[in-house]
Amino acid sequence: MSNATTTTIEPAIAAPDKATQTLSGSQAVLEACLAEGVTTIFGYPGGAIMPIYDALYDYADKLEHILVRHEQGGIHAAQGYARASGRTGVVFATSGPGATNLVTGLADALIDSTPLVCITGQVFAHLLGTDAFQEIDVINITTPVTKWNYQVTDATEIPAVLAKAFYIAGTGRPGPVLIDITKNAQLQKFDYEGYTPCNHIRSYRPKPIVRKEYVAEAAALINAAQKPFVIFGQGVVLGKAEQEFKTFIEKAGLPAAWTIMGMGAIPTNHPQAVGMLGMHGNYAPNVLTNECDVLIAIGMRFDDRVTGRLDKYAKQAKVIHLDIDPAEIDKNVKADIPVWGDCKETLPLLTALVEKKDRSSWLSEFRELEKKEQEQVITPELNPSSDTLTMGEVLKFINELTEGEAIMVTDVGQHQMVTCRYAHFNNSKSNITSGGLGTMGFGLPAAIGAKYGAPDKHVIAIIGDGGIQMTIQELGTIMQFGAAVKILILNNQFLGMVRQWQQLFHDKRYSFVNITSPNYVTVAKGYGIEGRTVDQRADLKAALKTMLDHPGAYLLEVMVGKENNVFPMVPQGCSVSEIRLS
Amino acid sequence: MQKQEFTITAYTENQIGLINRIAIMFSRRKINIESLNTSPSEIEGIHRFTIVINETEEVVRKLCRQIEKQVEVLKAYYNTNDEIVWQEMGLYKVPTDIIAEKVKVERLLREFGARAVVIRKDYTVFETTGHREEIERLIKALEPYHLIEFVRSARVAIIKDSHGFHTKLKEFEKEEPGEEVIENEFLDKREQVFTM
Ligand SMILES: Cc1ncc(C[n+]2csc(CCOP(=O)(O)OP(=O)(O)O)c2C)c(N)n1
Repeated sequence: MSNATTTTIEPAIAAPDKATQTLSGSQAVLEACLAEGVTTIFGYPGGAIMPIYDALYDYADKLEHILVRHEQGGIHAAQGYARASGRTGVVFATSGPGATNLVTGLADALIDSTPLVCITGQVFAHLLGTDAFQEIDVINITTPVTKWNYQVTDATEIPAVLAKAFYIAGTGRPGPVLIDITKNAQLQKFDYEGYTPCNHIRSYRPKPIVRKEYVAEAAALINAAQKPFVIFGQGVVLGKAEQEFKTFIEKAGLPAAWTIMGMGAIPTNHPQAVGMLGMHGNYAPNVLTNECDVLIAIGMRFDDRVTGRLDKYAKQAKVIHLDIDPAEIDKNVKADIPVWGDCKETLPLLTALVEKKDRSSWLSEFRELEKKEQEQVITPELNPSSDTLTMGEVLKFINELTEGEAIMVTDVGQHQMVTCRYAHFNNSKSNITSGGLGTMGFGLPAAIGAKYGAPDKHVIAIIGDGGIQMTIQELGTIMQFGAAVKILILNNQFLGMVRQWQQLFHDKRYSFVNITSPNYVTVAKGYGIEGRTVDQRADLKAALKTMLDHPGAYLLEVMVGKENNVFPMVPQGCSVSEIRLS
Repeated sequence: MQKQEFTITAYTENQIGLINRIAIMFSRRKINIESLNTSPSEIEGIHRFTIVINETEEVVRKLCRQIEKQVEVLKAYYNTNDEIVWQEMGLYKVPTDIIAEKVKVERLLREFGARAVVIRKDYTVFETTGHREEIERLIKALEPYHLIEFVRSARVAIIKDSHGFHTKLKEFEKEEPGEEVIENEFLDKREQVFTM
């Protein structure tokens, strides 16, 4: 640590003194974590958060701390943890560079509604605003990328502020919360009166009150519809409404398509599941969005990657929009019937009012188009005629080996789209990906977190040769903590997705997308992780099996076609029904 | 949809940094704030923001939802100018000797309903309240008399067609902590006063 700080060296803080209940601010932070049921914390220490780390030393048997290799890795790991477990992820980081390294993950978590509580250390309160060593205005830097943030300068505030933080992060539309705690507040001793969880904030209404008349109107519209179509997003998962959702679509006989974030809320092989929406989604749901007469959007936010051109999006349809966040309704697509509320509450109300219907002829329209996609895209991708390996066939073998039970965490690029297109999932919370921000470097650390969030599941991180090099240092975390993550690098020797765009929209001018890789297997070996490279179809399935059967972490690199493209594709600026098959 | 002047009224907790959080909602959408006033409201611990922008109703409606979504915001309304009573204040500093000499100035001030706030040997400060144009007319009138300094306040506004947030808040407070703000109360009157 630099001498430039005025950090005073304090003696180690003793365990809480139960008799007098005198706690330091740091101890109060950890007590809050325990009271909130936190078991795993991802973090990286530094000068301004040392008192909390010092206190952590005494809590090591109750709170597992995973030392990541970079704060970005820490926050993505916490995101992966939250997404796999459905609980709030917790991150510790120091002031200054520690805090700024969290920004990408905060932005990612905000847009993907991931509940996180991040605790950053801050310089002593009397140094605030003096450009002290490692001082930055973390509150202002993180304001646009947090659901809520707060700076603590007095230890007595800590229990109530942390209770508020956990409440805000995990309720309503979840999101990341950041609490910045000055070093004096961490060290300060105060009379601790216990921890009271928060369940009410005057100015915060996590759930809008459900208006039954709109539910009734929505049901009437669905009952009268000839071609009703459900599109659903992560709201179903976040609302823990998977069962309610399934009952709803089954009773009303509705075809249902998912956004990338909603994937897995119902099993991908559900008879009424008609695939993925959006830019690289399936052909049928994209085309038929512009043919349905009633569009029922559930817990999704009409992202531009889903809608394509808004002025040509589902113009013929009446739109029913169910969402917990009132700001989402009418934001991009005008709703004829807004159903505000938690879909765990609204869906059963709707199910009670919809008529039981068989809509097999409408469903078969999807199946017809599906055949076309199968012939032109899926079959050649999964059963290629050339010797070159495709990303799709890797997924095909994974599906065979895991039977839809694995959690797949992806990075960003072609491999992400291929995974989301071809992976089979039986369970909710199995598809973990950076949907809204599209953050390269997300995959590896998020997979580590997912393994902690769902230790009994196979966690497979599927990553491109570009993205792996963004957060490859987290192999060190895997090594040290023995996280049994399966790392699958799909190496096309390009920044593939950018290359695809350059090919299609920039006359094949491949500007700086040619990326070379280190010998990943050697790198993995350096970290004590087993690994192998495969470039022959004959070896692929066995290699994947070896990876899955290996007791610990494993890195498998698959050399895939250099210039393969992901299709179908809705080109930017086009309508969803103009989706291209090649 | 035509752009026009809208006044946003937001009731918030009194919280450090909230003004930044709210300002970001505008800057992020590249919307210029014409005027922003924030001060304590009639209710202990609750602040009232009055924000004037030039935008289409659709944009303003969405903005209000985003503002209201912030954890520490209790309620956000938006209104057109004919739905509110509003005032701005101007302070005008002029050299006292010129004022004293020229009676015309005094008459001018009477005409504009201005008031002297400070009278010193060297300068006098007048104050006037009114709509932007009224305040601006007095600047024009004072300019020939060596106006030294002028400042205008942000707009403050009262919504005409509402029993006010005040009653509503009192109701909430009575029901605390059981009941919360009724989010969709005005949904069926969407196109009328405001859409929330
Ligand atoms: C942090 C970040 N930087 C840049 C991008 C832009 N980007 C999107 S996909 C992509 C290429 C990804 O290449 P690779 O990781 O090799 O995966 P592939 O597309 O080949 O599967 C890039 C550069 C991004 N999404 N995130």
